[in-house]
Amino acid sequence: MQIELWINEKKVNADIAPDMLLIDFLRNQGCSSVKRGCETANCGLCTVFMDEKPVLSCSVLAARAAGHRVVTLEGLQEEAQDFGAYIADQGAEQCGFCNPGFMMNAIAMFRENPDPTEEEIREYLAGNLCRCSGYEGQMRGIQSYLAYKREKGERK
Amino acid sequence: MEEKKRSVINQPVRKKDAMALLCGKPVYVDDVTPDDCLIVKVLHSPHAHAWIEDINTDIAMKVPGIEAIYTYKDVPQQRFTMAGQTFPEPSPYDRLIMDRRMRFVGDAAAIVAGQNEKAVDKALRLIKVKYQVLEPVLDFHKAKDGAVLVHPEENWKALCDVGADNRRNLCAAGVDEEGDVEKVFGECDLVLENTFHTKANQQAMMETFRTYTCIDPYGRLHVISSTQIVFHVRRILANALGIPKSMIRVSKPRVGGGFGAKQTCVTEVFPAFVTWKTKKAAKLIFTRQESMTAGSPRHEMEIQVKLGAMKDGTIRAIDLYTLSNTGAYGEHGPTTVGLSGHKSIPLYNHNLEAFRFHYDVVYTNMQAAGAYRGYGATQGIFALESTVNELASRLGMDPVAIREKNMVKEGQAVPSYYGEVMNACALDRCMARARDMFGWDKKPLAQDMGNGKVRAKGVALAMQGSGISGVDVGSATIKLNDDGFYALSIGAADMGTGCDTSLAQIAAECLECSVDNIVVYGADSDSSPYDSGSYASSTTYVTGKAVEKACVELKNRMCVIAAEMLACSAEDLVFDGNMVRTADESKSVSLAQIADRSMNGSSDAVQVTVSHSSPVSPPPFMVGMVELEVDKETGSVDLLDYVAVVDCGTPINSNLAKVQTEGGLAQGIGMALYEDVTYNDRGRIREDSFMQYKIPTRLDVCRLRVDFESSYEKTGPFGAKSIGEIVINTPAPAIAHAIYNATGVWHRELPITPEKILMGSVK
Repeated sequence: MQIELWINEKKVNADIAPDMLLIDFLRNQGCSSVKRGCETANCGLCTVFMDEKPVLSCSVLAARAAGHRVVTLEGLQEEAQDFGAYIADQGAEQCGFCNPGFMMNAIAMFRENPDPTEEEIREYLAGNLCRCSGYEGQMRGIQSYLAYKREKGERK
Repeated sequence: MEEKKRSVINQPVRKKDAMALLCGKPVYVDDVTPDDCLIVKVLHSPHAHAWIEDINTDIAMKVPGIEAIYTYKDVPQQRFTMAGQTFPEPSPYDRLIMDRRMRFVGDAAAIVAGQNEKAVDKALRLIKVKYQVLEPVLDFHKAKDGAVLVHPEENWKALCDVGADNRRNLCAAGVDEEGDVEKVFGECDLVLENTFHTKANQQAMMETFRTYTCIDPYGRLHVISSTQIVFHVRRILANALGIPKSMIRVSKPRVGGGFGAKQTCVTEVFPAFVTWKTKKAAKLIFTRQESMTAGSPRHEMEIQVKLGAMKDGTIRAIDLYTLSNTGAYGEHGPTTVGLSGHKSIPLYNHNLEAFRFHYDVVYTNMQAAGAYRGYGATQGIFALESTVNELASRLGMDPVAIREKNMVKEGQAVPSYYGEVMNACALDRCMARARDMFGWDKKPLAQDMGNGKVRAKGVALAMQGSGISGVDVGSATIKLNDDGFYALSIGAADMGTGCDTSLAQIAAECLECSVDNIVVYGADSDSSPYDSGSYASSTTYVTGKAVEKACVELKNRMCVIAAEMLACSAEDLVFDGNMVRTADESKSVSLAQIADRSMNGSSDAVQVTVSHSSPVSPPPFMVGMVELEVDKETGSVDLLDYVAVVDCGTPINSNLAKVQTEGGLAQGIGMALYEDVTYNDRGRIREDSFMQYKIPTRLDVCRLRVDFESSYEKTGPFGAKSIGEIVINTPAPAIAHAIYNATGVWHRELPITPEKILMGSVK
């Protein structure tokens, strides 16, 4: 079937199988940041934005994305650099395989709730599994990023 | 005056690949290998024990796009092991790529290769296998000398004397003892005896097992795999395929986590076989379900501890028997079991007069086990630490005080640890620091909160090793390039741990330059210097020392070239990181000039390769303390606080050592409370996805407070020991202890689920 959608602000036309999953379609389109960590919608690694809402691309048919705007980490490089530096400064990226899904969901959280509490952060990102870090380094990175944002906001 | 150079050791240096990983760059196996290759999948046995009477692939071969289907009829008949270990491997040679006998649910019955996933999936469904279903061995207590043999075959063989006997379902057996334990038990005021049970936990690294294979321009097999052990994979594949090692190249891109899982050749043999037969590129990506059913999890163990002590808490004798379940194949079976005793009993060396450690490792028709962080020590420490906590409870002694009275101390020779002397041991300082950070003395063992919850505390010690003494080899090649930057080449595998960066820090410290001035490449069996691989907590300690030695030698070599350029003697020269100058500072050359010289009319390589092996394996030590609340109505456990203080010698990278610790604690928490592996009566694993096998989320892990009390290990680089594995060892016993304090019930089987806590309270 033919679909038309926007991937990272670029219009894409493609002929796809009706049962193709969005995750596989996006990887085929060169968005290899999108990772698969399970087949059961448990790990959060495949998180992308559809119309600015984070979704698990392993659980969405590519056909469902027709006519929608899909954004992957490839389309958010500036924000990824900006926020990612704070995770890097904790050494919390570790193996990195869960990072793209985590980054996507964290960016979604910052947009939705620019000043979350620690509890809100844990709740929002609960679906993003990480086996390396124990999550504490990620939390420190998020907190120091938020502190930097607050400071920047106050200076303005 | 020249400013003193700031050390890069024990600094929070950012990982060299951090931003690439965080920005989602294509760096893993599936990202860096082409898609237009054969898709390979494995047909897994649905039976725990069966004989293939007939396997018909004719119809499946007719599916459009199918390139090849292989069965037991097609593979070489030489047995091998998939364990990534130094040759001769202690793990028995008990595998074929595919065998006619199916030994567990998940064993490989056929390999299908085709142009796309759909065709391969369809072909998998169309393969007709007629199985003769045999009685499986599903109770590991009954495996030894049982009627049903898992490996009756004649060509099974053990290369090392590990007490293995396939006619008895024994993968290994042995005993190590010193003193007369029975005699000492007879003199003790109190002898405790208990049995503990730990499960076949999944490493659950986020990137599942995966391998790409192709034929390189020289007609050789190039294997690009997510592995911790490029050199071992080369040997294993040569054994499996029956081809010369010279025909194989193994390299790894970024690895999405390993934790020991990728110290076994889980996926490599299948696409390698396809590519070698077809001469076409192939890729195999295991699903999460395959990774959890045909992977290489922790060895399930049952551990009997007998501990003899006096009324004042003096621990005089320990007898520890481990029954380990290696499953259908013996990968890491003979070695993991050793750590259950050799890395638990030494913790109580101080007053110990006698010990005995004996074990059996048995074959069963269950998923083959492998290496998982802690490697047997985790299981043994759970058993022994729980017993010591019970001793404290029986004697009414403070669990911290009883440890301070008995634990191993710096300078002691330890008979239960191969007689090694503890040259660097800050366990006492770790305990003092943890006690202070946690506020141990201010908190009661348990306190009813009046809201249906009981708050309680628990404690445990841990140790591990640093590499395998007298076996592991680490190597480093360091070379000076134009502009004066260095290239460091290693065969150790950064699997997310950050060793590319921490080894560069060691090089930078030696060469008095910034970490950015060192580029790192690894690991590739063609171009990297030989390294056993990244496992057994060896990389920092063993490979790190090789890096240090290589850099010292390179510095000398640069000085020799500089001496020639400056027409003076090398002994008169001073190396300052940028320049080599004469002691009176009258003449100097820069590193860039030395490099240029080496590339212009020179016969002197400015490159050094050094290998290193250590005759000892200095243990890191650790103390863990937990505070938690048990809900009396539901049995659920909420963790409130976890304090961990580690002696890993000198931490090379303060951030990475800390995150290693936090990550290990989280895995240990999962093992203690959630991560279960159970089998149905037909030998199928119930928890085969993240839906059932619950690893901790960020809501489950409490505040983790980590600190370091460093000793200085003179045989390690800049005083370093290891950090990677020890960190998983304290949560299970510390949490079990706190749950006992809260409920009055000892839980000796993991995980300690709310159901078990509730049922324990009912009893």
